[in-house]
Amino acid sequence: MIDRIRRLPAYARWATYATIGILILTLVQELGQNQTSHLTATSTAQTALKWSIPILLAGLGGLFAERAGIINIGLEGMMILGTWFGAWGAFNYGPYWGIVIGAIGGAIGGLIHAIATVGFGVDHIISGVAINILGPFAARFLSSEVFTGYQGGSVTQSPRVENVDKFTMPFLAGGYETPNFLKWLGDKEIPLLSDIGNILRGILTQTSWATIIALLLVPISAYVLWKTRFGLRVRISGEDPWAGESQGVNIYRYKFVAVMISGAFAGFGGAFISIEMSSIYQEGGTTGRGFIGLAALIFGNWRPGGILAAALLFGYPYALQFGDFDGFASHALLLVNAIALFGVVIWALRNDKRTDAAIAFVLGSLSAVWYFVSDTVPDWWVKILPYVIVIVVLIFFAQRLRMPAANGQIYRRGQT
Amino acid sequence: MLRRIGLALAAPTAAVLFATIASSIFLVIAGSNPITAYGDMFEYGSRLEIQVDILNRATPLYISGVAAAIGFRMNLFNIGVEGQYRLAAIVAAYVGASVSLPAFFHIALILIVAMLVGGAYAGVAGVLKVSRGVNEVISTIMLNAIAISGLIAWLVREWQAGGTVDATGANLGIGTEPIDESGLIPNINSWLELFTREIGKGKELTGVLLVAVAVGVLYHIVLNRTRFGFDLRATGINPFAARAGGVNDKRMVLGAMVLSGVVAGLVGMAEIAKLGRFNPNFVGNLGFAGIAVALLGRNHPGGIAIGALLFAFLDTASGVLQVTGSASREIVFIMQGIILLAAVIAYEVVQRYRIREEARMASTLLAGEAEE
Repeated sequence: MIDRIRRLPAYARWATYATIGILILTLVQELGQNQTSHLTATSTAQTALKWSIPILLAGLGGLFAERAGIINIGLEGMMILGTWFGAWGAFNYGPYWGIVIGAIGGAIGGLIHAIATVGFGVDHIISGVAINILGPFAARFLSSEVFTGYQGGSVTQSPRVENVDKFTMPFLAGGYETPNFLKWLGDKEIPLLSDIGNILRGILTQTSWATIIALLLVPISAYVLWKTRFGLRVRISGEDPWAGESQGVNIYRYKFVAVMISGAFAGFGGAFISIEMSSIYQEGGTTGRGFIGLAALIFGNWRPGGILAAALLFGYPYALQFGDFDGFASHALLLVNAIALFGVVIWALRNDKRTDAAIAFVLGSLSAVWYFVSDTVPDWWVKILPYVIVIVVLIFFAQRLRMPAANGQIYRRGQT
Repeated sequence: MLRRIGLALAAPTAAVLFATIASSIFLVIAGSNPITAYGDMFEYGSRLEIQVDILNRATPLYISGVAAAIGFRMNLFNIGVEGQYRLAAIVAAYVGASVSLPAFFHIALILIVAMLVGGAYAGVAGVLKVSRGVNEVISTIMLNAIAISGLIAWLVREWQAGGTVDATGANLGIGTEPIDESGLIPNINSWLELFTREIGKGKELTGVLLVAVAVGVLYHIVLNRTRFGFDLRATGINPFAARAGGVNDKRMVLGAMVLSGVVAGLVGMAEIAKLGRFNPNFVGNLGFAGIAVALLGRNHPGGIAIGALLFAFLDTASGVLQVTGSASREIVFIMQGIILLAAVIAYEVVQRYRIREEARMASTLLAGEAEE
């Protein structure tokens, strides 16, 4: 059956995966006697999508840089620049310009990274670490110079900024006063179908235009990187720059542009955090999401669709911690984790990977035992869940992935 | 020889100079006078009491820098010093408060617990890397988040000292139980006063400074005088050649990671000695600052010391700017950032220049032989 799914065209394949995921959530809900309806609630889907966007944007940013062969650990720092510039732009020129200015702020970070790594040949990780240290420092300095002069601003935060307009899908989710089909479906309480309805309604209701633009960047990135001449040259810079050089491609230029695009995406992600999520610039507001974006890039196997899936997976537990004050839904998530891990056991055994199977079995059993002996989970577990999921996912998939062949190598023109 | 030293010093000097000029431009744009601002900072930094503060700040920075440098020497990026030292500090404070021993053993116990916890937590990332191929940059960052927002938040509550008022009625505040006097590393004011006048009241030079010096000396010895250090450097310079030379690379990764964590465990000790406990406001960001200091000092024990002193000077001396109002205090953040980035680039440029120079010298020598 797995092989048959794998042979489906991409859109059908992803839809199948999503349905399987929702099916597992539904089953767990039935087991948890509806104390856990939070798992597939409309509000959870809505929040999960929102929380996935910065991770997605950071991941796509990483995609451009690493497809061009430049490791971008500095995404976090560029994202921080994006949060500051985004809030500043939104406060002065409105939220749409805020996003543009945030992206420019991130691109400045990208430019610095490009100058260091491409121009001077500094080790990519060292330069990235330096940018991650520079980013918060620069934001702190800028705040002390600019935001302290504003009403309601301080060294650590900006005044409130407006959000981008929202969009609700007509007919499906009842936008523009049309019938709300998905709500009707969700209210029927049919297992699986109603849950799918609820989740889709969450995604299609009151969706910010910024979210829609970010989601559109997934196919756009795929198109640009794989279907255009520019994308081909970016990718040759990451796979074999010397081959590209022999064909007369100006590798430096493509690496420079790709890393700046990378910074702009991360900056957009940062601006999204300031404008859409917190409505304010806050120091430390990124909480490491640039790095989670990097993990999404790795788990997504350096492909746009994979990055989107990873971002949704990593964003989901964040969403769950809102509105789940009693810890029931997060508790139910333990069972979801256990089911997923047992799925990994089966997959590993089919591929004759005994160690993977053993590790997954132990982790899955622990998760299941924890689920059955307790009624709720402590709040600290809810907080660390996204990070734990990143590590567990990488434990099983880190070695199966293929990054661009010349990724991380220092390229100097005319030298091999 | 003189030329080599000159080249080695050229890069950091150029970086500091560049950062000073760049920061001056920012200051002028912000409407301040850079010369007064720098003058105020130097005047302030030349006082003995402030120098004690600078040393106190430089001590954990230095230890943190060495912790990061151990990994960097073999291209292993332990970004997790931040989580390692905080976790080590809270466990050490808890263990230290729950026993009473003679001073020497008490202090030794606290230090050893801190080193073990730091090493073990870093070891998780090491095991993930060698057994599952998980990139250590990602895993240490995730472990940071897990330690800080999860484990420590939980342990602080779990180990909260009973009640907020002790038997004598003094307010204990929030945090772990206080450690007995015997477990606190004493200050070494008297050592410093051998050379200087008496230190003003309320200023204490932390005894952890001696620990930092010991860490630096040991780092130098292990790196340059032991098999492990040789293997470490060899792996960093050329992992394939090192493996061909019989270096067990998996064991090296794990060893370097754990060692880095062991040193990271000591970062919080100055703060523990000062506070006598762990509380939620425990000083943060030393891990990231340590990475900056290690990069600035080129992972060299002496270089890291200079980097730590420089950053500590900027952190501490900038306090005066708030008082005199000659500039915004945050200018030092931008300075530190620019110094770091400029230094990283300058090292690379000098390195390339040196390689070219050596190649040219070699070729002229060879050409000279050919003529004879």
